[in-house]
Amino acid sequence: MALDGMTFTAAPGVVTGFVGPNGAGKSTTMRVLLGLDAADRGTATVGGRRYRDLPNPLTHLGALIDANALHPARSGRNHLLWLAHSQGIDAKRVDEVLDMTGLRTVARRRAGGYSLGMRQRLGISAALLGDPPALMLDEPFNGLDPEGIVWMRDLLRTLAAEGRAVLVSSHLMSELQDIAGHVVFVGRGRAIKEAAKDELTIRYGSLEAAYLELTRGEGALK
Amino acid sequence: MIRAEWHKLRTVRGWLGGLIAAFAVIIGLGVLAAFGVHTSCGQQEGEACPAPPIGPGGQAVQDRFAFVHQKLDGDGTLTAHIADFTGIITYPPPNHDELVPGLVPWAKAGLIIKDGTKPGSAYASVMLTGSHGVRMQHNYTEDKAGPTDARWLRITRSGNTIKGYASSDATRWAEIRSVDLPGLPRTVQIGFLVASPANVTAKPGPHGGSIVQARFTQATAVFDHVDRTGTWTYEKLGDDGGMTDWEKFHHNAGLDQHGGTLTISGSGDVAPAGNEAGATIAHTLTGMIVALIAVFVVAVLFITAEYRRDLIRTTFTAMPHRGRVLAAKAAVIGAVVFTGGLIAAAITVPLAVHLMRSGGNFVIPSSTATGVRVVVGSAALLALAAVLAYAVGALLRRGVAAVAVAVLLVVLPYILATTSILPSAAAGWLLRLTPAAAFAVQQALPSYPQVNMPYAPSDGYYPLPAWAGLLVLAGWASAALALAVARTRRADA
Repeated sequence: MALDGMTFTAAPGVVTGFVGPNGAGKSTTMRVLLGLDAADRGTATVGGRRYRDLPNPLTHLGALIDANALHPARSGRNHLLWLAHSQGIDAKRVDEVLDMTGLRTVARRRAGGYSLGMRQRLGISAALLGDPPALMLDEPFNGLDPEGIVWMRDLLRTLAAEGRAVLVSSHLMSELQDIAGHVVFVGRGRAIKEAAKDELTIRYGSLEAAYLELTRGEGALK
Repeated sequence: MIRAEWHKLRTVRGWLGGLIAAFAVIIGLGVLAAFGVHTSCGQQEGEACPAPPIGPGGQAVQDRFAFVHQKLDGDGTLTAHIADFTGIITYPPPNHDELVPGLVPWAKAGLIIKDGTKPGSAYASVMLTGSHGVRMQHNYTEDKAGPTDARWLRITRSGNTIKGYASSDATRWAEIRSVDLPGLPRTVQIGFLVASPANVTAKPGPHGGSIVQARFTQATAVFDHVDRTGTWTYEKLGDDGGMTDWEKFHHNAGLDQHGGTLTISGSGDVAPAGNEAGATIAHTLTGMIVALIAVFVVAVLFITAEYRRDLIRTTFTAMPHRGRVLAAKAAVIGAVVFTGGLIAAAITVPLAVHLMRSGGNFVIPSSTATGVRVVVGSAALLALAAVLAYAVGALLRRGVAAVAVAVLLVVLPYILATTSILPSAAAGWLLRLTPAAAFAVQQALPSYPQVNMPYAPSDGYYPLPAWAGLLVLAGWASAALALAVARTRRADA
């Protein structure tokens, strides 16, 4: 059992940090929500509907689960094009998201030659393809250089400001320090605490301190 | 969903290249083989081989028999009684050391109306056979059974209509069949036919396969109560000039006439020719096996690469109905392979046949319908086999293992069954039960119950009809796909 009592809210217009140590169940939660892994009991719904019941699901929820999930011989643009075809999305939108993520110049190259940072950007492009009201990104800061981290923070902030619900997981609180308006702490497959950033800062002094306090001893479940 | 999967397939250059290479191999090997074929007969190098006669239906036929005939102008009839029907078989098993009296099952003695004496010309005939009773046969491929105990035969002509009758007492006559020979001229030949096909046996070979042996036979029939007068002319129709020792030293074929009694001896057969007559149109598709393996690799990678790269999660995130995704992928790989295979086969068969013929080789003619069936059927075989390989890939999620299983299921049984490695009974079962059954679409010549031939898979004859063979393969492909869908639905991606 990887998850037990994982209940929390990610509200529109806010970046929700989804933090906890490695193995706490962050990725599994996201996979269950996307219908990739099955839950023994309980429901995972998006906007009140099961993910698999959503028509063109990428227009409801954009997700980045694993930036390395690419065919190395297929170009980034073609990767986005097949995704667009699967959702009935126009090819024009592919070029739009490529511009948003700054991949335009490399989009026709084989994805196998992309750096991890470029793959993260391609993953974000895929999540944005359907212009969804909700986004769910698993460790989007992984592999980014300092410049990339700044870019990613700005992008997430912008996306939330557009009124989207943005759930971002991380095992490092520092990455979310300046952007998360709401934080969910997880450990051992449970949501330990969820609170607004301001409330946490008042109570623990800083998000970093809150993270350390709340997740102490909450390692991976065996 | 189909469009997304098609986009996936065509945007990996290696896959598209692999498929194009597979289809190019079909064309290339077909053309190469056509250039490589040289047949020559006789002492001189490059001497052309005699081509078998072509019957009215366009098939290659055998038309070699003792023909005793006279002219018939307009309508007429011939009645006769077969007083005796005997024959010899040279050196048959088990000991192969003596001449044995006896008739082979399809030895023929009877009455015939024929459009002249050119081999391959139209005819209709009512005949007594060695062990299949009285038959009415016409134009080489047609055969209808009559009574088994009759010895009186009658044939009549009225315009283009020929009727055959049989009787056991010369008073009560049973009509066997009325056949139309379109375009029959006013003047035809009417008379007697005696033929005796080779005694063919197949036995298991010492190293697998089977050894087919054919032995010379001769039949002799005595006709009396012949109701037509006039001079009878004997002709050894379709004679190639060769004579066996039996004919030279014991009893030659021919006519012996004493009053109204005619004793006629002859060998040969009046029947459709088999694969022994030459190459068929299916021989041009030798590249299929190599193409199949290339197609398997692409079809398997089309799904296993997604698992290897975890791309399958992205796929199922975009398209959460997993069964439908697997079906869409199957449809895409099947349709693409079918289209490519169809183009390749439609180019290869006519081109290679043309090349072989212009190189002086005889290629057994096939009807347009048969040609279309071989071409379209081969494309369907490639496509269904690709779906099977893909489904095995979806089930096993391991590329190399899935390609190996596909080769084991489709290619290996075909090779075992058609290369004289297995006894022909075992080969027959492989071609009924395994996916290799679908190679039946490539059978260019039909088998005939009225011809005594081994009709072995190694000669290009399959135990199932083309549609049934394809159905067996389709069954395997659907079963594998159903298992793959069941596994994929159940498991976490």
